[in-house]
Amino acid sequence: MSGIPEVAPERRSLAAADTWRRLFRDRPMLPLLALLVVLVILSQIARPGIVTLEWAGVLLSAAVPLAILAACQTLTMLTGGIDLSVGAVASMAGFVVASLSASTGTGTGIVVALIAAAVAGLVTGIGVGVFRVHPLIMTLGMSLVVLGLANFWQLQTAKTSSGVSPELRWIGSEQFADILPYSLLVFVPVAALILLGLRRTGYGRMLVAIGDNPTAARLSGARSWQILIVLYVVSALLAAIAGFVYSGYTNVASVALVDSSVLPSVAAAVIGGTSIMGGRGGYGGTIVGVLILTVISSLLSSLGYPEAVRQILFGSIIVAVAAAYTRVTGET
Amino acid sequence: MSATAAPVARSAGRAAVIASAARRNAWMLGLLALLAGLLVFTKIIQPNYGVTGVQGLAISVLPLALAAVAQAIVVLSGGIDLSIGSMMALINVVAAVLMDGQSEQFGVVVVFGSLLLGLLLGAINGGLIVITRVPDIVVTLAMSFVWAGFALVVLPTPGGGSARWLMSIVGGSLGTEWIPKAAVVLIVIVGVIWIPVRRSRLGLSLYATGSHPLAAFRSGVSIGRTKVLAYALMGLFAALAGLSLTASTGIGTPVPGPYTLMSVAAVVLGGVSLAGGRGGVFGPIVAVMILQLIRTDMTFLDVNNNLATVLQGLILIGVVMIGSLVQIRRSRA
Repeated sequence: MSGIPEVAPERRSLAAADTWRRLFRDRPMLPLLALLVVLVILSQIARPGIVTLEWAGVLLSAAVPLAILAACQTLTMLTGGIDLSVGAVASMAGFVVASLSASTGTGTGIVVALIAAAVAGLVTGIGVGVFRVHPLIMTLGMSLVVLGLANFWQLQTAKTSSGVSPELRWIGSEQFADILPYSLLVFVPVAALILLGLRRTGYGRMLVAIGDNPTAARLSGARSWQILIVLYVVSALLAAIAGFVYSGYTNVASVALVDSSVLPSVAAAVIGGTSIMGGRGGYGGTIVGVLILTVISSLLSSLGYPEAVRQILFGSIIVAVAAAYTRVTGET
Repeated sequence: MSATAAPVARSAGRAAVIASAARRNAWMLGLLALLAGLLVFTKIIQPNYGVTGVQGLAISVLPLALAAVAQAIVVLSGGIDLSIGSMMALINVVAAVLMDGQSEQFGVVVVFGSLLLGLLLGAINGGLIVITRVPDIVVTLAMSFVWAGFALVVLPTPGGGSARWLMSIVGGSLGTEWIPKAAVVLIVIVGVIWIPVRRSRLGLSLYATGSHPLAAFRSGVSIGRTKVLAYALMGLFAALAGLSLTASTGIGTPVPGPYTLMSVAAVVLGGVSLAGGRGGVFGPIVAVMILQLIRTDMTFLDVNNNLATVLQGLILIGVVMIGSLVQIRRSRA
C-alpha cells in the first residue's frame, strides 16, 4: 500500500449522497423551499401568466389563517401530542365575536372568545398534563364539548347575533395595494413570538425536551404538567385568533367553519418537518409547509380538476412528501 | 396435606382465580355493568322502551360497532387508522352503485367483491405505513382524503340501491322478537372472523407487535407482515361496516360520517390501550352500545341535541381520565 489511495468512484458518489443527506437533515428548510419553488414553477406552466403579485396576495390571504392553526399543531406535536380541537375552538371564537359584535362591540367579543378558548385549553391541558390522557382522545372529546356548547350558544343568541363584524372582515379579506393581506398584521407578530419563543426561551426548549425524552426531561426538573397546561392554553388562544381571521376571510360565522382545516393544519406541520412523535421540528418549516399546501391547492384548482380528484391528489401528495422527507432525512 | 386442609386450600385457590380473573377483566366488567345500568335507566325514563327500542339500538349501532372492531384490531397492533370513515363511505357507494337495479344474485357477487376491496384498501394503508416508514397518523390521515375523493368520484351525490336480501339481513328480528337480526349479524361476523384470528399465530403476532415491537421482532415476528395483515383485517371490517350502511340505509352516501373519530373514542372507552397490545374487541362493541344508549336517553329526556353532544364529549373525557388515574395509581403501587 503506497501513495495516497484513490477513492473509488462509487465511494465518491456515496460520500456525495451523504453530504446531501446531512445538508437536508441539518437544514430541513432547503428541500422544502426547493419544493415550494418547483410548485410555483409548475403553477406557471399549468396556467401561464398566473404567477403574479396578485396571485401571491390571494395565496397569502388563504395561507395566513391556516398558518396560525398549524402553529397549534406544531407546538403540541413538539411534545408528542396533537390538538384536534383547534377547529371547534376556532369556529367557536369566530362565532362568539360575530354574535356579540352587534350588541357589545367587537372588542368585547374578542375578549370573551379568548377567555372561552383559554378555558377550553385549560381543561385540555389538565387532562393531558395531570391525568395523562392521550392528547388525541382529550382534544377529540374537547372538540365535541366545544362544538356542543357553541351550538347551544347559537340557539340562545340567534335573535341578537349579526354578521361578521367589519373590523374582522377588514383583517381577514382586505389587502394592502391588493397584494399584502392585512391579516399579516396579526400573523407577523404571532409568528415572530412563536419562532423566537421556541428557539430562545427556556419554555420552548422544554417543549422539545418533553417530546424528545420525557424521562430525561422529568429527571432534569421540568414539571411537565405545568408546561403542558400552558401549552394547550396557548394552543387554544392561537386557535381562537385563527378563528377570528377565518371568520373575516370567509365572511361567515359558523360553529363548523374551521372543521375542514384541522387535517390540513396537521398535514402542514408534518410536511414542514415537525415529527408527530415529538422532539423535532419548528415553526419555520410549518410556515413553508402551509405555503406548499396552499400552492398545491391553487395548482390543482387551476388545472380544473373536480373537487373529488383534487382531494385524491391532495392526500397522495401529502403521503409522497412525507415519505420523501423520511427517506431523505433518514428519520421519522 | 391433611384431608381437611385440601378442600380449604382448593376453595381459597378458586377464590383467588376468580379474583384475578375479575381484576384482569375489570374494565370489561365495568362496561357491562354500565350498560346494564343504562338499560335499566332507559326503561325507567321510557317505560315503552321494549322490542322496537332494542331493534332500533341494534341497527343504529351496527355500522359504528363494526368500525370500532376495525379500529380495535389496528390499535391492538400498535397503530391507528384515521381513514376508516372514508373507507366505509367508499365501500358503501361502490356497493350501492353496483347493486343498483341488478339481480339479487349479483348482489352476492357485489358483497364478496366489496369485502375483497376492503382487504385491498386496508392492505394499501398498511403497506404504505410499512414501506414509507411515515407515522400511521400521517399516512392514514392523508389516505382519508384519497378514499373520500374516490367515493365522490364513484358517486357524487347520494344514490344507488341495495339488494333486498342484504337489507333483510339487518332488519327485523330472528326467532323471538327480542333478538334483533342486526345483533346476530354482529356477533356472527365478529365470531367467525376475529375469534379464529385471535387464537391463531397471526393474533399472537398482532398483540406482540402492539405490545413491544422490538421484543416481537427479536422473537421472530415479522413486524411488517403483521402490520399489513392487521390493516388488511381492518379494511375487511371497514368494508363490513360500509356494507352495513348500505344495508340499513338502502343507498350509498359518499360523505363519510363521524365514524372515524367515534371509532377511536369507542376503542379507548372499550379498554384498548392506544399504545397497543392490550385489550380486546368486545370492549369497544359494548362501548358503542353505551354511547348510543346515552344518546337515546338524552332524546327521551328531551335534552337539547347539542347538550347531548357536550355530554358525550364529557363522558368520553371523564371515562378516560378515570381510566388513566387508575393506571397511574396502579403503576405507582
